[in-house]
Amino acid sequence: MYVAVKGGEAAIANAHRLLADRRRGDRSLPAITIDQIVAQLALAVDRVMAEASLYDRELAALAIAQARGDMIEAIFILRAYRTTLPRLGTSEPLDTAAMQIERRISATYKDLPGGQLLGPTFDYTHRLLDPALLADAPVDEPLRRAADTGPVTRVSEILREEGLIEPDGELPPDHVTADLTREPLDFPMTRDLRLQALARGDEGFLLALGYSTQRGYGRTHPFAGEIRIGEVEVELDVPELGFAVSLGRIQVTECQMVNQFHGSAKAPPQFTRGYGLVFGQSERKAMAVALVDRALRAEELGEDIVAPAQDEEFVISHSDNVQATGFVEHLKLPHYVDFQAELDLVRRMRREFEEARRASINPEAPREAAE
Amino acid sequence: MDAAKEIENGRAGRKRVAGLLAAALIEELEVAYGQLASPPEVQSVRGPETGLVMVRGRIGGGGAPFNLGEVTVSRATVRLASGVIGHAHALGTDRRKARLAAIFDALWQEDGQKEFVERALLWPIAVRLADEERLKAEETAATRVDFFTMVRGED
Repeated sequence: MYVAVKGGEAAIANAHRLLADRRRGDRSLPAITIDQIVAQLALAVDRVMAEASLYDRELAALAIAQARGDMIEAIFILRAYRTTLPRLGTSEPLDTAAMQIERRISATYKDLPGGQLLGPTFDYTHRLLDPALLADAPVDEPLRRAADTGPVTRVSEILREEGLIEPDGELPPDHVTADLTREPLDFPMTRDLRLQALARGDEGFLLALGYSTQRGYGRTHPFAGEIRIGEVEVELDVPELGFAVSLGRIQVTECQMVNQFHGSAKAPPQFTRGYGLVFGQSERKAMAVALVDRALRAEELGEDIVAPAQDEEFVISHSDNVQATGFVEHLKLPHYVDFQAELDLVRRMRREFEEARRASINPEAPREAAE
Repeated sequence: MDAAKEIENGRAGRKRVAGLLAAALIEELEVAYGQLASPPEVQSVRGPETGLVMVRGRIGGGGAPFNLGEVTVSRATVRLASGVIGHAHALGTDRRKARLAAIFDALWQEDGQKEFVERALLWPIAVRLADEERLKAEETAATRVDFFTMVRGED
């Protein structure tokens, strides 16, 4: 029997009113503006855009404010919003070789065309709290130096000249680019679909999996061949015009991992690659994606699948934090009836257990319970 | 041959205009609109409306395409009294910007207005973009690592 129970409407309305109050906090403080979040919490905004899989800084900042800074809640809100909009089309593939570079480093070549450009990095900071920020002290303008403009060669191109690295990943010519927002996930999946899932995957989950491969769970011997951050043009083919036009620029982070590879039955000894591309400035995430992308190619490269990071179904089924939070958090919803049923069951089993024990101590006693 | 070249030039021109209009700030469009001798008679053909475009990347940077994630895009199509059609597409949710950009895309195609649109709107946008790009490139260049070698020992 299922008995629907209603109630709690007033409690819910009041709870939401209380939430709005707590979100606003102390009224004697000025309310934080969306522009301020975009400008000063830029990397939080980038994370929400990446994991919501929707690039729009203003909306992501709004979601962060609404979620009181709870990142997964903000991602959830932005994901929900995207379902309300029609899909106008699909862009031309981004050309990351033509990126306007804001940061570009390689851990494999010291001297390389375009150079090592540190950009606005936390690297080499001492991670000491800076009390100057307490006082809103003035901040120096950045220094400037004459710049080479023009495209910066990818590190993968340099290695390719020697023929010691595999090419950029190709799929069969008749392959239709998969889209997890249109088709339910199905395993095994193609690399394009994995990269889509990883691009929106939870940073913490992917970071831990990438870390696990470094510690020996599906070792892939990685080098950070190149990390680049910058803006790229998004172009859309407009049928009315008959050609592709620019929609504007978005910032992305790209990581090319270069992985040692001894060769297998399927491939000669060469460097293989893991690839990560993520919205915004998200270096840690792009690196984690590249590590996991490479680990998930185990089957393609004829490697033994021995570790969680190599298990496609495990990784991709659990990388989405909106799905994960939905299922974990649903546990707090009323399960009164389920629990009553469980309670009855446990009571009955306990009774049977006690009776069986009594019977074994004193075999003469009458037995009631069914067996 | 000449006709084909003309079409190609025409395309390149429209593409350039569409790119600059997509990069325009709403303020730049408003200012140029305010400078028009008289507001044009405009009929909406489509939108302005906001939707999503799925952005694609390429595996390894240059390999097979994959879906990276979506962007918000606002677009508009308008018709001037002369019958000229203007289109605009730009990142973001600013539908007023899309409509104004579509109006200027149409005006740019009218012989009498093209020069004004170039001078009052497209040129300032192009200059701003070039300045922003140079500034960013120079700030980044200042963070370029200059390696030097420490010589140690006798020989």
